[in-house]
Amino acid sequence: MTSAVLSPAEQPRADWGGGVSPFGVSWQKLMMWFFLVTDALLFAGFLVSYAFVRLAAETWPKQTDVFPMVKIAAMTFILITSSATMATAVGAAHRKDLRRAMIFVLLTAIGGALFLAGQVTEWATLIAEGARLTQNPWGPPPFAAFFFMMTGFHGTHVLIGVILLGIVTVRLARGKATGHGVEIAGLYWHFVDVVWCFIFPLFYLL
Amino acid sequence: MTTSPAPQAPRFPAPGHAAPAHAPAEVHAHHGPQSFWTRYVFSTDHKTIAKQYLFTAAFMSIFAVGWSMLIRLQLAYPHNTWPILSSLFPGLYQDGVLLPERYLSLTTMHGTVMVFFVISLALVSGFGNFIIPLQVGAHDMAYPFLNALSYWTIVPACLLMMVSFFVPDGAASAGWTAYPPLSALAEAGSGLGQTIWLLAMAPFIASFTMGGLNFVATILNMRTRGMSLMRMPLTIWTLFYASVLGILTFPALTAAAIMLLLDRLGGTSFFLPAGLIVSGQVLPHQGGTPLLFQHLFWFLGHPEVYVLALPAIGIAFDVLAAFGRRPSFGYRNTVWSILAVSALGMIAWGHHMFTSGMNPYLGEYFSIVTVLITLPFSVIAINLVASLWRAEIRLHTPMLFALGLIAAIGVGGLGGLWLGTATSDMYLQDSYFVVGHFHFMIGVVTGFGIFAGTYYWFPKMFGRMMNETLGRVHFWLTTLGTFAAFMGMHFLGMGGYLRRIYDPTTYRYAQHQPLNVFISYALLLAALGQVLFAVNLFWSLFRGKRAGANPWDATTLEWTTESPAGHNNWETLPTVSRGPYEYRTDNAPAGFHPQGEVEAAG
Repeated sequence: MTSAVLSPAEQPRADWGGGVSPFGVSWQKLMMWFFLVTDALLFAGFLVSYAFVRLAAETWPKQTDVFPMVKIAAMTFILITSSATMATAVGAAHRKDLRRAMIFVLLTAIGGALFLAGQVTEWATLIAEGARLTQNPWGPPPFAAFFFMMTGFHGTHVLIGVILLGIVTVRLARGKATGHGVEIAGLYWHFVDVVWCFIFPLFYLL
Repeated sequence: MTTSPAPQAPRFPAPGHAAPAHAPAEVHAHHGPQSFWTRYVFSTDHKTIAKQYLFTAAFMSIFAVGWSMLIRLQLAYPHNTWPILSSLFPGLYQDGVLLPERYLSLTTMHGTVMVFFVISLALVSGFGNFIIPLQVGAHDMAYPFLNALSYWTIVPACLLMMVSFFVPDGAASAGWTAYPPLSALAEAGSGLGQTIWLLAMAPFIASFTMGGLNFVATILNMRTRGMSLMRMPLTIWTLFYASVLGILTFPALTAAAIMLLLDRLGGTSFFLPAGLIVSGQVLPHQGGTPLLFQHLFWFLGHPEVYVLALPAIGIAFDVLAAFGRRPSFGYRNTVWSILAVSALGMIAWGHHMFTSGMNPYLGEYFSIVTVLITLPFSVIAINLVASLWRAEIRLHTPMLFALGLIAAIGVGGLGGLWLGTATSDMYLQDSYFVVGHFHFMIGVVTGFGIFAGTYYWFPKMFGRMMNETLGRVHFWLTTLGTFAAFMGMHFLGMGGYLRRIYDPTTYRYAQHQPLNVFISYALLLAALGQVLFAVNLFWSLFRGKRAGANPWDATTLEWTTESPAGHNNWETLPTVSRGPYEYRTDNAPAGFHPQGEVEAAG
């Protein structure tokens, strides 16, 4: 209790000692990371529920009978490639090469839009074949319900990402965006891809 | 995208009356919140938002307490008629008799509103917003706009909840846990009220998530110089863990609510198995399982208990140190124990489901984890008690409530052992023993935390002291009323009396009706105590004794700024050179060292 007390100016500046960000990141980036954690757990909730219902079901459709796997694989390829273009954009933005960053953000957004287009045609095909929230021509109804809910939620996230990337493109074109801002948008975009990397094997392949 | 680096700069200048005379001139050069609307309504100041949350919670609590009075009236005198209530609440009463289905609405809404719209709002959002920047030494929250947005998201949620009483078929009546199939099927009696209940929970979760992100970012990134983690007051630690728990577990409820909404409105069968028969008709649903909802709900529901109880315990630690004039006992042990309780609390949810048809082997696991929580929780409880060891107690109202909180943790915690063990829970499940238990833990403990915090920080919020005499009477009425009632409920439950029973005389063999009447009067006494609290609050707002910057001689940072704290809390941020609870130090002239004290050279 009575130990000698250093004046604040004399104290060593530790990472966790206050007055500095312990991870060396801005609060914006920190907040985005925590948001991604909570959003990831929402998808985890859906996936766990899917596993719970599927394990309790007596029969389950064979996915290769339902989905055109080549097309789904192409969509997956496009989405993962868009993560690479995003990373290039972030690197360019950090080097203050705003023109290059803009081109690659735009390419990323186009990749996201292509993925969405694939998803829309996928929905249209399945609905034409008789899949509904309440019914599933290939077996137990929850299969179709989970399909629409999970791809719907993921698709909404992709859509929000594409809009976000559009805003970033405009800001880059006007010279307003910073590497930091592009990086935070990139965090979200990579997250959307990573979620798909769980949905694709767990729902389409397993 | 927001791309600027962390702004520490003031968003608005300090309001005229609160600005100290030496305020820098350039602060006044900004356009400030001069109108009533920008200053008190759409403010981004964390202290204003905190007061908005607290008053919203107080407003909602009037209804939640009122509903509990109607419930107790029904349970005490199930066969009387109350014509006056028929004219007051025509939707609830008919010919002076409470409608059975509306009785279930009352219990459902009492639970929902108390847990999510009173205790969460007051303890976590209210006190969290007020105290986090003040105790870690920041000008405001990390993202003030998001903070304001989170409050304005909660307002429609509150309104939606209240509106649900006025729709056809009345408010939700499937219990605050909203178990399907009852909550999923309109055929089973859950009408528009249940849909509105789900739609009101959505903005609540969004708001709570926004608030939690802000809390975590502020506590990690905005601590002032010298405020290392192990110098944070325990209120900050508990709010930090509560926010992290919220961020990690609310998504499960979100997923459950979305699927339940789809079951209700989209005709899906996530929670509905095949072969359900309602009113002699087989429903078309197939393939789902209601057990899934219980897992998802309690994955949030159990940590939610800690989200509510931990901040109350943190406030008690701060109050015990300040009014016991001694350092909090075992500070480091407490910090690690809170972490252990939070971590174990996340993997113990199944103890709410022992009788649900879950695999009994899982029950074994959940029993063991639940009883394991006892270890770190006992450390916390012992540290609370040991903080009184050789204390020089100043028995002001905040201290009374902190002491009452320790007692409530004792009673509630012991009851929890009975319920966490699968063998004894088989008998006690869904009985009034459970009702008594959780009212101790998330009713009395959290309520006393709210009251201790209110009496303690009122001078910092409004620059005036609350009335001490009224405070003491409030404490004794609340303590006597709630302890008598909720301990009585334990005995009812041991006698086999189940919860959510409309007419307690259904049990012809049981002799518990006098106890039911006693509980009702005890709770009436406690409710009358809250009237005194409201009187005290409003009287003190305008007539309370003026408070200085540090009326309680407390050490933590919030007491180094003026009362009420100005718009940016401090003109220049304080620097911290000590732990949070350095009371009774030999070389301190005042007998304590404020955390933000700047030592004279040499």
